[in-house]
Amino acid sequence: MRAMTYRGPYKIRVDEKPMPRIEHPNDAIVQVTTAAICGSDLHLYHGLMPDTRVGMTFGHEFVGVVHEVGPSVERLSVGDRVMVPFNIYCGSCFFCARGLFSNCHNVNPNATAVGGIYGYSHTTGGYDGGQAEFVRVPFADVGPAVVPDWMSDEDAVLCTDALATGYFGAQLADIVEGDVVVVLGAGPVGLFAARSAWLMGAGRVVVVDHLEERLEKARTFAFAETVNFTEHRDVVVELKRLTGWLGADRVVDAVGAEADGNLLQHVTAVTLKLQGGSPVALNWAIDSVRKGGTISVMGAYGPMFSAVKFGDAMNKGLTLRMNQAPVKRQWPRLFEHIRSGYLTPSDIVTHRFPLEHIAEAYHVFSQKLDGCIKPLIVPGD
Amino acid sequence: MPYTPQKPPLPRTSEELRAQIPGWGADLDRADRPAFPREVPGIETGAHWELPEQQPELAPRERSIEHPRLPPVFGTSVPLKGASGAIRGLAYRRFSEGRAAHWLLLLLGDRVDAVESHLASFATTRPDDPLTESGVLGEIGHGPVRSRRGRVDVRHQVLDPVVVTAGWVVSGLVAYRVLRSVARRAR
Repeated sequence: MRAMTYRGPYKIRVDEKPMPRIEHPNDAIVQVTTAAICGSDLHLYHGLMPDTRVGMTFGHEFVGVVHEVGPSVERLSVGDRVMVPFNIYCGSCFFCARGLFSNCHNVNPNATAVGGIYGYSHTTGGYDGGQAEFVRVPFADVGPAVVPDWMSDEDAVLCTDALATGYFGAQLADIVEGDVVVVLGAGPVGLFAARSAWLMGAGRVVVVDHLEERLEKARTFAFAETVNFTEHRDVVVELKRLTGWLGADRVVDAVGAEADGNLLQHVTAVTLKLQGGSPVALNWAIDSVRKGGTISVMGAYGPMFSAVKFGDAMNKGLTLRMNQAPVKRQWPRLFEHIRSGYLTPSDIVTHRFPLEHIAEAYHVFSQKLDGCIKPLIVPGD
Repeated sequence: MPYTPQKPPLPRTSEELRAQIPGWGADLDRADRPAFPREVPGIETGAHWELPEQQPELAPRERSIEHPRLPPVFGTSVPLKGASGAIRGLAYRRFSEGRAAHWLLLLLGDRVDAVESHLASFATTRPDDPLTESGVLGEIGHGPVRSRRGRVDVRHQVLDPVVVTAGWVVSGLVAYRVLRSVARRAR
């Protein structure tokens, strides 16, 4: 089968790889019909995530058709059109039994701090991902779900991570009616978090980024006010000014490890890889939220330490909430919102590439060329 | 203002927002938010086991020393191999996830893996090809100049190669000087 293959930092290609096989009785093999590249895939692509091995296939956002099922699979059949959450989880460990699906303890030998994720280095379990023609899906009775008939593949693939994560991020911010919400980052997760903040009753939503086409999307798609941080000498002061010098009630960090905006942080974290990620956005969140406010961290960071301003977080009495999204818990309510037209996931898709051109897709997305916000990958195109 | 009890007025009232923004307030009630509460003991997951069956360990599988046993299910994407495999194996055997050495060794393993895999590719019918694998051909037709105009991240992209290579150049010079002085003393 054809599959994207990592060849080292900034190098990928499409290789002929052996078909994935049933390795556990509750596995399924899914033939991928649409996959996406996530902003967090760029951390792998840039060599930031420890234990990213040459030869791995990335991709944790994908939908497809069940091609084969293991002997203990009861809920899926060959031919089912399925959407697969980015979390790999058993459904029965201490954490899964309480709904912490993204924190499963039974699927990742390589680390205990993070659960299992498709195609996301060996630090998250060493599973090949869905930027391929076929993919092994463990715990087929737990993670995947049949896509509702009325839902398009493009909407479904966005539910497997970006939309679910943005919606989850807005929930973690603990928004109450009339809250001023600042979202740092106007990538897919930030756009979805901003749009979701309204569902929770936000009184004002402000999105911060430096790419004009993304800020335009924040205005038209997420109905948000926008701040281009390059237009201000100090974005924290601008956010304070905008919020009557109080600071925002809630801030969502939808940027993560590769934040720009501070040269020293960026060079030490991204270029030299001496930190688990550049915490520029997180530090802006700490400084721009009001005292007693809440920060929701949706941006992905590596497992190493980062230079975070914890003293200010303590002195301001902040609540910091974070997790990888337990995707499937979001789905029933998300489906209602999509059906009602409150959330329109595929509106943020800007580019579609055939699998054979995935190296170009990564480059265009990574370099943010041509207004690329969300690229999809279509195997067999 | 933060100096008085009142919150600054919002530009729009809740009624205006409800009229203007699709779905405004649909999840006002926390009970409608699926992430609330964070922990839901006994939540239905679809699992029909208490402990999943063990996936066979067909090849030795490295694991964090914070796991007392191999978890029931694991990925088999790329087994350890070569010098990078030895470095990664050491990181897993010796250091917990709490130790910086664990992660720094894994990052070192990644860099060694990239080099050894690149060299190994020349012994295959499909050696690494920087032109196609870097995706730089994607510049064509995707507005390479227009897309970069005025961007803050472009400034340090110019600096990045200098910063990355500077460390290697400086360490090379230091190593050369040390070796040279050792050689002189030996004479």
